Amino acid sequence: MMTLPSPVFSLRAIRRMLAALALMLLPAISHAADWDIDQLMRGLAQTRSDHASFVEKKSIAMLDKPVESSGELFYSAPDHLEKRTLKPKPESMTVDGDSLVIERGRQKYRLQLQDYPELAAFIDSIRGTLAGDRKALERNYRLSLDGSAEHWTLQLVPTDEKMQAVVKRIRIAGVRDTVRSIEISQADGDSSMMLIEKPATP
Amino acid sequence: MRPAPTRRGRTAIALWLAFILACGIIISRSQFTTDLSAFLPRSPTPAQQLLLEQIRDGLASRLILVGIEGADAPTRARLSKQIAQRLRADPAFVSVNNGEPVSAERDRAYLFNHRYLLSPAVAPARFSVEGLHAALSDSIDLLASPAGLLVKSLLPRDPTGEMVQLLDQLNSGTRPPLVDGAWASRDGARALMLMQTRASGSDTDAQQRAMAAIRQAFDKAPGATPAARLVMTGPGVFSVTSRDTIKSQVSRLSIISVALIATLLLLVYRSFTALALGFLPVISGALAGIAAVSLGFGAVHGITLGFGTALIGEAVDYSIYLFVQSEQGGSDQQNWIKRFWPTVRLGVLTSIFGFASLLLSGFPGLAQLGLYSIAGLIAAATVTRFVLPHLLPANFRIHDVSAIGVVLSRLVQRAAALRWPAAILLLLACAVLVEHRASLWNDKISSLSPVSQADVALDASLRADMGAPDVRYLVVVSGASRESVLRSAEQVSTVLQTQVDQGELAGFESPSRYLPSIATQRARQASLPSSAVLETRLAQAVQGLPVRAQLFAPFLADVAAARRQPLLQASDLQQTSMAMAMDALLIRQDRHWSALLPLTAAKGVSINANRIRAALSATGLTNVLFVDMKAESDRLYSGYLHEAILLSLGGLVAIIGLLLFVFRSPMRVLRIIAPLAAAVITVTAGLAVLGQQLIILHLVGLLLVVAVGSNYALFFDRSDHPLPAEEDALAEPKQIAHAISPRTLASMLFANLTTVAGFGLLSFSSVSILQAMGVTVAPGVILALIYSAIFARKAHA
Repeated sequence: MMTLPSPVFSLRAIRRMLAALALMLLPAISHAADWDIDQLMRGLAQTRSDHASFVEKKSIAMLDKPVESSGELFYSAPDHLEKRTLKPKPESMTVDGDSLVIERGRQKYRLQLQDYPELAAFIDSIRGTLAGDRKALERNYRLSLDGSAEHWTLQLVPTDEKMQAVVKRIRIAGVRDTVRSIEISQADGDSSMMLIEKPATP
Repeated sequence: MRPAPTRRGRTAIALWLAFILACGIIISRSQFTTDLSAFLPRSPTPAQQLLLEQIRDGLASRLILVGIEGADAPTRARLSKQIAQRLRADPAFVSVNNGEPVSAERDRAYLFNHRYLLSPAVAPARFSVEGLHAALSDSIDLLASPAGLLVKSLLPRDPTGEMVQLLDQLNSGTRPPLVDGAWASRDGARALMLMQTRASGSDTDAQQRAMAAIRQAFDKAPGATPAARLVMTGPGVFSVTSRDTIKSQVSRLSIISVALIATLLLLVYRSFTALALGFLPVISGALAGIAAVSLGFGAVHGITLGFGTALIGEAVDYSIYLFVQSEQGGSDQQNWIKRFWPTVRLGVLTSIFGFASLLLSGFPGLAQLGLYSIAGLIAAATVTRFVLPHLLPANFRIHDVSAIGVVLSRLVQRAAALRWPAAILLLLACAVLVEHRASLWNDKISSLSPVSQADVALDASLRADMGAPDVRYLVVVSGASRESVLRSAEQVSTVLQTQVDQGELAGFESPSRYLPSIATQRARQASLPSSAVLETRLAQAVQGLPVRAQLFAPFLADVAAARRQPLLQASDLQQTSMAMAMDALLIRQDRHWSALLPLTAAKGVSINANRIRAALSATGLTNVLFVDMKAESDRLYSGYLHEAILLSLGGLVAIIGLLLFVFRSPMRVLRIIAPLAAAVITVTAGLAVLGQQLIILHLVGLLLVVAVGSNYALFFDRSDHPLPAEEDALAEPKQIAHAISPRTLASMLFANLTTVAGFGLLSFSSVSILQAMGVTVAPGVILALIYSAIFARKAHA
């Protein structure tokens, strides 16, 4: 099996990183006194349903080169999220409440998120942000906000050790009430960057 | 005081004592049951056999659903975990499930370590260069997809994605959501647990112990709080509560009924000696009945005992007839034997003919009632006739009841005036029956269950919370060995998978998923190439893919190990959650094995039974049966009801035949039968008007009305003339104007009252089976007596 960084190592790394983050964030917090996570969440929560296109680039150590994919995203409050990949191969992932369905060609996988807590936490980071549900996000992550209402970055760091062994950090950037990019850094060094764009013709 | 009994008397008494002793010995060795399966058929069709096995011993029978209500969600979840922790150590439970991932690790280990034996995708082509290339590029795609998070760590060992295949198969069911780490209902109001007992559902004692263990775990949990409540349901729980209900009711009813009848008789006789002697035939009858059932069926059902309690009211009639009808004092009992015994004997015979039809019933419960009645009535009547007279003291006398008799006599004289009103009532009753004919019978098998409505509602609600699938359609494969049924199950699975692919089915389960047949495992093992071959092919397969072959060194090692791996045995499944599924799906009975493959209907599409049947028969497998459990249980009950109705009619025909044989006068037989038929019709109409739907035991009650009522009709029919049987009624209307003596009338009234007391009590029972007999017999016998009086032939005068 692929060796994962030991929890102790990742904990230490995260603690170190957090300390650095705290230092970096101090000025940001003082500058943006009128702009906080609650306000961001309220703004995000106003979007009841959304539709956008995405381009995603994944760097996986096991693979010789990064994998690029693109497709469409659908979201409707509070817990329906659909990622439809069109290139390079059509595939779809639909999350509804606790169920996750992945369809690839003729294959269809159905998973219950409660069986895969790491995957659930991961999906909830995106769903929670889109829904503006701070409580849901704080169940699994420590949140920190940087930037202004115009250009913000929300950083999520897992609180649970098991989760830390999988995901190092999730960084969500946006403009006002819309999410523009989701960057995921995994504990093993793999990462992905998803850029989200509103379709030209809505 | 007592004259020395004659030699014949001594012999009779000795024989009787020996008989009682024998009955006592048999009863002391008898088994008593209360499970409802006694009221299910004995020689069913193969499909019904399966249904019954499932009801009795199937996995479903061994499940206990537990709910924790009250308090708050974290408390409930904590209690659930504490109970589960304690019970998981209890060998009485095969599994205790509350959503905690206790066996998840073992499950995954089982699947992962045996993936090359388990995965249906393992075939020689899968490990060719092309096959590997396709599988690898699939896995790489999956890696880049959202599920990549899950499969990344598996890729170097399982690049062909066998584990993903297996996990997908297992994730078909829906489970309750987790709240605070334990299962909870969808509304979040209660924590849920699902337990499987080691003992079968029909082992009521073991089920009772399991329930006690659950309750104790709940009471003793460190997090116990008075605010939390424990609820349980399941077939085993039902049998335990039913047994408790039946037990407590039968013992209470028999005590009250004996006390009531004794009081009544004491009022009439004003003699303790008479009371004690009067109960001798009853006790003899009850012992004979239980012993006969025990010998004939191997076990005595609680309902039979409850019924026997009520039969006290009828068995005591014979001694009433003897005591009351005998002239006062002296040795008039011999006279009674001459004058009245033939009529009583005919009454007993009529009852026996009626009940004999029940003996033919395919349902052991009904047959038990029949046998009990026949043995009990014969014993009671025989003891009254041959033993009791010898036991009576010389100066035996009871309180003179002539005064009551005379009053009754006058009433009976005027009873004929009620003919028209009675006829109108009867007509009305017929009209009611015609109107209610569609809803007269309750065709739900659940109507027989002694389980209360509240318990049924709790069961339904817990089941819905649990998302327990209702197993309606099953494919059953049977065979002589585990291997043969697993092989057939694999063939059936292929057919069913086609149906799934065509959208006819949402899915299905099969034991061969968790434990493939040896043949299949061998074939899969044989399709794995040797390390050297695999390495070469892998090097070619990765060409054009963004991976290096070196990454898959662990894969080569795993495949090499799998080639030498010992094949899977049933015991390998132990300690996994799949063991429970396996237990339910693969059943062994002596040398007979069956595999069950439950089908799940696609959403909004009902299963097309004919299509599935056709697809299955195309396989040419002869040991495969498609069963629609719901249709089967409906058919079972309607067959049950139909048979009972036919048997009851058969009993009626037998009674008519007997009377025709004895009297050789259709008119006279008609006159005896008419009041009984009238009573039956009126009672049935009354039940319909009161909204009580008839179940099978109402029918038994009606049969009893005929049996008991026939005594009255026969007494009214006979004149107190020495040779009644040879007289032609129509030829001598005047002569029989005072046919019935006041004493006979009084004895009938007392006999009727005791019967009403015995059966009337049953109407207050909360056990539907007992209640049904009570509400039918008590009013029925009163009506039979009144109708007999009203339509007695002396009114022709």
